[in-house]
Amino acid sequence: MKAKDIAALLDEPACAHNDKGKSGCARLKPGATAGGCSFDGAQIALLPIADVAHIIHGSIACAGSSWDNRGTRSSGPALYRLGLTTDLTEQDVIMGRSEKRLFHAIKQAIDSYQPPAVFVYNTCVPALTGDDVAAVCKAAQARWGTPVVPVDAAGFYGTKNLGNRIAGETMVRYVCGTREPDPLPPGIEAPGFRIHDVNLIGEYNIAGELWHVLPLFDELGIRVLCTLSGDARFHEVQTMHRAEVNMMVCSKAMINVARKLQEAYGTPWFEGSFYGVRDVSQALRDFARLIDDPDLASRTDALIAREETAIAAELAPWRERLRGRKALLYTGGVKSWSVIAALQDLGMEVVATGTRKSTEDDKARIRELMGEDARMIEDGNPRGLLDLVEEKRVDVLIAGGRNMYTAIKARVPFLHINQEREFAYAGYRGMLELARQLCQTIESPVWEAARRPAPWHTPRAEAL
Amino acid sequence: MPEIIKRNKALSVSPLKASQTVGAALAFLGIRHAIPMLHGSQGCTAFAKIYFVGHFSEPIPLQTTAMDQVSSVMGADDNVVEGLRTLCEKSAPDLIGLPTTGLAETEGADIERAVREFRQQHPQYAGTAVVPVASPDYKGCLESGFAAATQAIIETLVQPAAAAGTRPRRRRQVNVLAGALLTPGDLESLKELIESFDLEPRVVPDLSDSLDGHLTELDYSPLTVGGTPVSGIAALGDARATLVVGAAMDAAADRLAERTGVPDYRFKHLMGLDASDRLVETLARIAERPVPERLERQRAQLQDAMLDCHFQLGMARIAIAADADLLVAFSELLASLGAETVAAVASTNAPALHAVVTDRVKIGDLEDLEQLAGAQRAELVIGNSHAADSAERLGLPLLRAGFPLYDLIGGYQRSWIGYRGTRQTIFDLANLIREGGRGEIHPYRSRLKQWPASERGLAA
Repeated sequence: MKAKDIAALLDEPACAHNDKGKSGCARLKPGATAGGCSFDGAQIALLPIADVAHIIHGSIACAGSSWDNRGTRSSGPALYRLGLTTDLTEQDVIMGRSEKRLFHAIKQAIDSYQPPAVFVYNTCVPALTGDDVAAVCKAAQARWGTPVVPVDAAGFYGTKNLGNRIAGETMVRYVCGTREPDPLPPGIEAPGFRIHDVNLIGEYNIAGELWHVLPLFDELGIRVLCTLSGDARFHEVQTMHRAEVNMMVCSKAMINVARKLQEAYGTPWFEGSFYGVRDVSQALRDFARLIDDPDLASRTDALIAREETAIAAELAPWRERLRGRKALLYTGGVKSWSVIAALQDLGMEVVATGTRKSTEDDKARIRELMGEDARMIEDGNPRGLLDLVEEKRVDVLIAGGRNMYTAIKARVPFLHINQEREFAYAGYRGMLELARQLCQTIESPVWEAARRPAPWHTPRAEAL
Repeated sequence: MPEIIKRNKALSVSPLKASQTVGAALAFLGIRHAIPMLHGSQGCTAFAKIYFVGHFSEPIPLQTTAMDQVSSVMGADDNVVEGLRTLCEKSAPDLIGLPTTGLAETEGADIERAVREFRQQHPQYAGTAVVPVASPDYKGCLESGFAAATQAIIETLVQPAAAAGTRPRRRRQVNVLAGALLTPGDLESLKELIESFDLEPRVVPDLSDSLDGHLTELDYSPLTVGGTPVSGIAALGDARATLVVGAAMDAAADRLAERTGVPDYRFKHLMGLDASDRLVETLARIAERPVPERLERQRAQLQDAMLDCHFQLGMARIAIAADADLLVAFSELLASLGAETVAAVASTNAPALHAVVTDRVKIGDLEDLEQLAGAQRAELVIGNSHAADSAERLGLPLLRAGFPLYDLIGGYQRSWIGYRGTRQTIFDLANLIREGGRGEIHPYRSRLKQWPASERGLAA
């Protein structure tokens, strides 16, 4: 990818902090950088498209260290779970045979799995040696008639966030608009019940949590043309251009997709979250508002009222147990505020939140939720987090997998919130799971057991 | 304290219980150069033998008094005398265990008298100890039979200190009255632990010396090839202390303490941080030695494992089927991890059941377990090999524990106790819960989704 293309991607007019030299698009600092590369970001963004053969073109470290990520779930095909890589060798690199290997690799994937499409992810080594991945993909597509999409997101291009954008950009450029949506199944529409098409952008169906939300959409008559990319199929991505509304779910990462779809097709979009009762209801209301179907609006209000009443009753005992408990939230981007809302819903107090990967918009929302003097943590080094836990008498640390064992070693209750997590927290139902998992760790007897000194180290008066 | 719910159905379906007779025979298999001879019909022994062979993957010395139609009606004391004589004549065992079966007890056998008669008729076999024990299968279970036989061994072989000339604390010996909940692997690690305090363990009965699955020089032995030596049992009175593991062993422990004056320390079980701490602390005091560094490390490892696994095990809903002591052990371990015992089935009633950490304990069978586990939405089953089918029907993972384990190679050798055994148990439980797909939500198939042709048939 050319430098000017990267610069163009980094220039995101829909982003409120576009002219600021910081946040998600900041330059990396050698010796003090954590987080994934562009390849990582691109792969995470697209891998959940379940029926595509995702080929990683590169030497083994890229695929070898990342395949079989089990976070995202599919309701059908499991092709995305296969690790496919050209596994380049020294000879390939020296002799310039990697393009040829890629060409054959694409053929093998098509022959073995008959996927509706192949995605080829470029990585650092072939990007550096100058493989023309786009040309190989084009030739392969012409030869075998299966769409082959180059995702040019080599690691050294930049951050994970940039990779997300490259992934989105690639979908808009190569895939969206290449097919018209399927006709609606017969007998679904009725007078006063029209079906509306939408997209969910940046929803990854982690632990299957999309399935907590989809039934609500079905009931309202909202067809999700495509989720980018949780439990998606290639032919759904092709139809994204026909949505009436796009929702940016809990992530600014693919904001360029929403913007470009708006520019090209005039599709309005909004940003929302499925975490927390308030936010789920708000997202549904936003859909109804933007779709402009009075009938849908009234049905949405009725559904929200019904669901909120039901979940309030179910959450009551959990809220009792969690009331007043203090949480320290350290997670990326949009979750830095969307999860706050969910925790407050449960009666918990969020004493601080991490904002290393948050945008200015995110921070504004945090202030809205936590008050003007909300404590924001820019630098989440483990020592600092633990000191804060101590200082604020925090009951639970909520963060990504990387910080999990930091908390554990410090004997601090922990809730895993990032994409590798095993539990589904989205939607009304997801709140129950969230409450359950919070109680589970906060109330666990193991913390006391782990702090307890051995009896022979504590002087005891009585004889045996 | 849990509510104990008695048997309330006529038919036992998929029984959990192994008989008292089998339990008594098992205890005798932990004595060196010994053989149990079940006083009953030959089938009682044949079944028991198959049972043991399947569990231990070992040849099992086991004989029978072979009661037949005539002796069952007319009295089978002669069978006992003849059986004892035959065994002494053929293989001169150090000890013959004589558990009674339901048949013999129903007939009204007076096993003590039969032994006395044997002694009178055959004084030349005085070198062979004979330990009769009433262990009918219409009462109790494996655990109680095992305990009853151990008690009988003590009553028969341990003389009061004055008569025997034993004196507490004469040696750096620690007796262990090891209940049926301990596997050969458990006993092995317990002995190593005791030795690490520079103490000499003397385990009664010592299955880790007889049924630990080791090759010997002998190609065949009609008797047990290891176990507690009979001479060692006579010298239990010289020990510094006795550790008693399992509430079922209480009566045997009382007897031993009365006769020897050796102080004892009783443990319901040895699973989990608390029990392991108490064990180590007790040993340090008995030994008057500091706790070895290695144990400190193992303790810290266990604590770390408890934290690492609490994500899987916290609020995990577990169903357990086991004899009382093992049930208590698992329920306490699970409670210490934040997991819940939501279904508990014990084979027979026992005072120890009051210590089970759960709301209700059902005295029953594996059908009861299956129903309770289903109704309580259990996520994992702990039980013996018979529970495999129940677990499969429930669609739940099974942690195999207890007796028998006929579909788990080497199951007898597993150690569940102390810091290390507990740690492995915790890992295994957490892995089983994970594989069981905890938290997995059922894929929702939207009627509106644009299903590819290949998936359309599946759509709701």
